[in-house]
Amino acid sequence: MTDYELVIIGGGPAGLAAGISARKNGIERILILERDKELGGILNQCIHNGFGLHTFQEELTGPEYADRYIQEVRKLRIECRLNTMVLDISPERKVTAVNPSDGMFEIQAQAVILAMGCRERPRGALNIPGYRPAGIFSAGTAQRLVNIEGYMPGKEVVILGSGDIGLIMARRMTLEGASVKAVAELMPYSSGLKRNIVQCLDDYGIPLMLSHTVVRIWGKERLEGITLAEVDEKGRPIPGTEEEISCDTLLLSVGLIPENELSKDCGIVLDPSTKGPEVNESLETTSEGIFACGNVLHVHDLVDYVSEEAELAGKYAAQYIKESKASQPVECIKEGKNGQSAVYRKEDKSSRPAELIREIRLIPESGVSYTVPQKISPARMPEQVTVRFRVRSIFHRCSVGVYFGERCIVQKKRLIMAPGEMESIMLSREKLREFPEIKTITIRIEEQMEEA
Amino acid sequence: MYDIVIIGAGVSGCAAARELSRYQADICVLEKEEDVCCGTSKANSGIVHAGYDAKPGTLKAKMNLLGNERMGLLSKELDFPFVRKGSLVVCTAKEELLRLQELYERGVKNGVKGLQILSREETLEMEPNISADVQSALFAPTGGIVCPFSMNIALAENAAVNGVEFHFNTEVRDIQRLEKGFRIETETGSYYAKCVINAAGIYADKLHNMVSGRKLSIIPRKGEYCLLDKNAGKHVSRTIFALPGAYGKGVLVTPTIHGNLLVGPTSVDIENKEGVDTTKEGLQEIAAKAGKNVENLPMREVITSFSGLRAHEESGDFVIGEAEDAPGFFDCAGIESPGLTSAPAVGVLLAELLQKKLNLEESTSYNGSRKGILDPRTLPIKERNKLIAGNPAYGRIICRCESITEGEIIDAARRPLGACSIDGIKRRTRAGMGRCQSGFCLPKVMEILARELQVSQTELTKCGGNSKLLKP
Amino acid sequence: MELHKFICINCPLGCSLQVEVEGADIISISGNTCKRGEVYARNEVTNPVRVVTSTIKVIGGEQGVVSVKTKDPVPKDKIAACMEEIKKITVKAPVHIKDVAAKNIAGTKTEVVVTKEVREI
Repeated sequence: MTDYELVIIGGGPAGLAAGISARKNGIERILILERDKELGGILNQCIHNGFGLHTFQEELTGPEYADRYIQEVRKLRIECRLNTMVLDISPERKVTAVNPSDGMFEIQAQAVILAMGCRERPRGALNIPGYRPAGIFSAGTAQRLVNIEGYMPGKEVVILGSGDIGLIMARRMTLEGASVKAVAELMPYSSGLKRNIVQCLDDYGIPLMLSHTVVRIWGKERLEGITLAEVDEKGRPIPGTEEEISCDTLLLSVGLIPENELSKDCGIVLDPSTKGPEVNESLETTSEGIFACGNVLHVHDLVDYVSEEAELAGKYAAQYIKESKASQPVECIKEGKNGQSAVYRKEDKSSRPAELIREIRLIPESGVSYTVPQKISPARMPEQVTVRFRVRSIFHRCSVGVYFGERCIVQKKRLIMAPGEMESIMLSREKLREFPEIKTITIRIEEQMEEA
Repeated sequence: MYDIVIIGAGVSGCAAARELSRYQADICVLEKEEDVCCGTSKANSGIVHAGYDAKPGTLKAKMNLLGNERMGLLSKELDFPFVRKGSLVVCTAKEELLRLQELYERGVKNGVKGLQILSREETLEMEPNISADVQSALFAPTGGIVCPFSMNIALAENAAVNGVEFHFNTEVRDIQRLEKGFRIETETGSYYAKCVINAAGIYADKLHNMVSGRKLSIIPRKGEYCLLDKNAGKHVSRTIFALPGAYGKGVLVTPTIHGNLLVGPTSVDIENKEGVDTTKEGLQEIAAKAGKNVENLPMREVITSFSGLRAHEESGDFVIGEAEDAPGFFDCAGIESPGLTSAPAVGVLLAELLQKKLNLEESTSYNGSRKGILDPRTLPIKERNKLIAGNPAYGRIICRCESITEGEIIDAARRPLGACSIDGIKRRTRAGMGRCQSGFCLPKVMEILARELQVSQTELTKCGGNSKLLKP
Repeated sequence: MELHKFICINCPLGCSLQVEVEGADIISISGNTCKRGEVYARNEVTNPVRVVTSTIKVIGGEQGVVSVKTKDPVPKDKIAACMEEIKKITVKAPVHIKDVAAKNIAGTKTEVVVTKEVREI
């Protein structure tokens, strides 16, 4: 078994930024494990531009954005293994993986960063009735076929779901000569960026059908058409509104799910709202020394925020590694029943002073669907902690209220908030220390009083 | 002229082919699809029934019992996954207890071993997620689950290795009786055979009626299913049946052999023999009924739904044997549930009948054992690493949800009767069957399959015919 | 007088912008909530531009196609013409980010540049 200080699972934008940050924070032995044949993750197939405005103050395409990090990883000589699938992570941070050149191998890591990204919800999850012909793809699969493999999946396209991937693919398929007949969206609003609605649909005259869904799939061998229907406010198809559209391709862009099978098997507690690990202010999961960042933690809207979050994860993992070195665990000899003795590591958490263990829960309420992190330790937190969250639906003229216990601390006015956009607020250590008794911080969306 | 032409490469046809490959005979299997296991055999519950359902004295009852008994040995000989997990028929209403008792007695009459009526407490101890309304349950320890694809494919491969020819994409259009034997007209030409086995599933009536005046009538009885994520796979550990009604065994909940949870089927007679579509009503019915016997079913974990057609013959029983007015034409028709369970016995029965008819002699070169696709996960680490060192493709995971390597996919394409479609790869290896439903692995599987078949990716199909995946 | 309508792309508000145009002159801009909306509306009327991103064929590379973009935004009405020309471009591996795959694409004086590394096989 090989030893590394830090093992990062995933070489996409999150993994790369985490690795770079950990190295810059003084960690020498870092290993990035990537399942694909190249670094960069899903960015490689996101060939459109619009990435990096926050990070680099310029508009890059996905592969260009990824390349900036890949070059940095190379420059810093961070070890990466490609074509490598991680099979298991133990709570003791033993990582089991397999690849064609090394076979199956185990690595003992002092810290692990989860950066596995997310996957698309498949058709089955929607349970759309009908046949199961060829021609139904998730939008990301089609994106890979077109942008990496260079193959067109079809000529007459309907897209279900108006998230950004769906919108981007509507334009991409059109540019490649396909006719995109409609983008249908179950909700009364699109979760995609306005910019994408305008530049991917309006520019090409592609209709966006809000409050519509696919209720039937036609064609036994290859898709021949779909039935679209309007839905009521509960998302149920309204009888009599059905409309058949002939098409040979249906692309599904109906949601992303963080890929946490490894985390689950490791016993890490997941947040049912984000479907990602529950983390503290250091982005540390409920399993000590295992951190998470990027889309495996919660689905992000902009890659820039992934990079930002990953940089923090790298920094905190580095801190953790250095701290555990500084306070080498006391090794105790314990007499076994049969007279043999075993060496075990003394739990360090139990010896921490109470103030270090005290954690404040963050509670998403009225209109807020989740927060990341889910808890904060006032003792361990840095000066400022960014809390990211999303809202459940569109809010006009509202405000974000932050409550320490019952007491309103911040009220931030907003003209509009939408579920498609990740929101954030800052919590300062100084402020938190003014309230040593609080157990919870609540974030809620409140209607704003009209000003006279 | 072939000695025997078998029409249909489903589980019954392939079981017959495999059992007949013991003999010196020229045998050919004709299949209208691009692969084996494309009809009813691919879309069912994957259950090995204990045998208490069928009326005593029927062929169904007999074949079920024999098939169940033989399944263990057959699964070892042919290396396909089968586990005897046991099954429970749950009774949730006091007034139905009598019917449960009847079922028990019928089972005993049929010769089912180990049947037991359980108390409410015993049932809940065995399966804590069973409905709190449970009154009693019939426990059948000989019930089991099998991978229907692997079983069908294993039978076919073993038959092929022992000399049986398989002709795919060959739909039978007409059968004529000749003075000696039959002429079978297909899209790709005529076949001549001394004897015919009609294992055409949902179309067995059509074929039978081409040569016989004693008409068969097969009604497609649709069954829809929902397959749940492996996260839900341990919700129950045995097959949980409802008390059977007029239309079969009702909606069941069962773990699958690969650790998913399967819920279904519905049961609706339809007219369209190609109607394997799922319906809004069907999917709603599953959701409504499944919760009756099992509590807190996580229906949010559905990863796919599908539908299959049971070949229900009007008489209600299997129709197996030589047509009275068409000597040499052997039916294997009306094979609805428990058809999968019965297949090992049905194959043997048909082989016996044909052996007598044609006076076949045993082949000296017959080899009844077959090895399945090597699953590296079953190997100890040392051996797995030896395998990868020798063939790095076994270290490259293509389907991340099911952990399927490139080595397995290549094997699936290269072995006898190798896969030639994406669904063929899926049924042989499980690549694409997991929770992302091929979202990630499809482009990679396409690349490997195109390379193996030496065709352009634009030629690849999902399941033969016009099911091309790309439209350049 | 012409009336142009747009949806503003600057934030989720998506204001419905209306621009009155008389010949080459903008008479009025309305519907915007903030200054950014006004600027956007003005640009969309006078000179709407987009960066075009697509793929081109690669010979002898690890990938069959490689992603490209127009180095600068091109006029919106030139997108189709750019795509026509981009589809015809073929490059030989290896290619690097910023490699120029075509110059003066569709007469726009803009280059088409590669946006991804593709190594030789």
